[in-house]
Amino acid sequence: MNLARSAGLVFGKELRIELRTHDLTHTVLFFVLMVAGLFSFAFDPSSTESRVILPGLIWIAFFFAGTLMLQLCFVREQVNDTLAALRLAPIDPFAILLGKILANFGFLAVTEIVFVPVFSLFYNVSLGGVLGRLMLLLFLGTFGLAVPGTVFSAMTAQARMRELLLPLLLLPVLAPVLIAGVEATAALLGPGHALEREWVVMLAGFDLIFLTATWLLAGFLVEE
Amino acid sequence: MTFAPTSSLGVAFERVEKRYGGLMALRRVTLTIGSGEFVALLGPNGSGKTTLLRMAALLLQPSAGRVRHLGAENLAPEAVRSQIGLVAHKALVYDELTARENLSFFARLYGLASPAESVERVLGEVGLADRAEDAAVTFSRGMRQRLAIARALITEPGLLLFDEPATGLDREGRQWLDRTLVGLHRAGATLIVSTHDESLAALAGRSIWLRAGRLVRDSGAPAPLLVREVPG
Repeated sequence: MNLARSAGLVFGKELRIELRTHDLTHTVLFFVLMVAGLFSFAFDPSSTESRVILPGLIWIAFFFAGTLMLQLCFVREQVNDTLAALRLAPIDPFAILLGKILANFGFLAVTEIVFVPVFSLFYNVSLGGVLGRLMLLLFLGTFGLAVPGTVFSAMTAQARMRELLLPLLLLPVLAPVLIAGVEATAALLGPGHALEREWVVMLAGFDLIFLTATWLLAGFLVEE
Repeated sequence: MTFAPTSSLGVAFERVEKRYGGLMALRRVTLTIGSGEFVALLGPNGSGKTTLLRMAALLLQPSAGRVRHLGAENLAPEAVRSQIGLVAHKALVYDELTARENLSFFARLYGLASPAESVERVLGEVGLADRAEDAAVTFSRGMRQRLAIARALITEPGLLLFDEPATGLDREGRQWLDRTLVGLHRAGATLIVSTHDESLAALAGRSIWLRAGRLVRDSGAPAPLLVREVPG
């Protein structure tokens, strides 16, 4: 079976389970809502201050929410040892990871579509002219979170203290994405509303490098 | 039973060892299980039965030695996998999905030509047709075991591996399991069943005992068919 079809089947299965349980999306939605609300009430920033803190806040909120969500991604496969069932199937191991990466990306992207306007409202920052470009940045960064996040979730699923291990492993690796995302968003919300090309290239390059590494190492990543 | 395996694979373990860190799970096991045999693997907990089965299922690689699938020497690993069915300790199904959704997902993942037909066939064979639309999480232990067996049978594999399949089954479930194993063997599949249950082992033509990762006894010559009749 070809890679796209088997990854599509895994993606479809993830989507069906999530639509039935809402475990991952509810976790992420609730966390991001808490961060947006609590920071707004705690600092009560002016419009000018908001433009300074909002880029960092948006990216950190989505990164931590994503890390929470990714912890559940492979733990789900452990309940009934369904990862073994996937590994028994005559498919490329990369298809298992790719299906899950796409699903995790999709769940986070939906959260971003819902919550970017909420951030705009809470922090009184108009995103009207830059919304499309901001979503492009967030989607590139989210894919950068989903790829290594899914891989590390697979690697730590059987580990003791996995709840602690995953963010400890993942967040340092994601530092380039966070820096590029925050800098690009700050430039976008700044006076020139510019989409700075070098940060976009850095985000896309990170995605490509990690996706290629995942493809090359997939057999080792999902083995017992 | 309409189960008709497309082939019947044997499996040969050649001086196989498996280490988990400092723990030696298997020690130089050499064993050949021929095509069409029904073999019981016996031994105390931690003797290496599950490790041996997972190696036969290609889920684990040996630390030393090699595992060969007899009758599949010229096939790619993916094609060999299609010929192996595993019923493990856990059910290997998704609790949130219905029986039909679980089976349909795996049928498609294996690239079966008519997944819907295959799903109907196995649902009928394991007696779950009337619970097909119920989520697996609502199933009793016996029904989960039926679903696990249906998942393993959906590709009509030639090599079937059962890891403690009788655990937690009531009398009726146990009788159904015995009949199913006998039916699968009669249909021509190779069966390897790990068990603590002597009466389940008695269904097999050959018994192999493991202790502390070593093969300590092999009842020897394979019998072509069953040694006793099963009620029902």
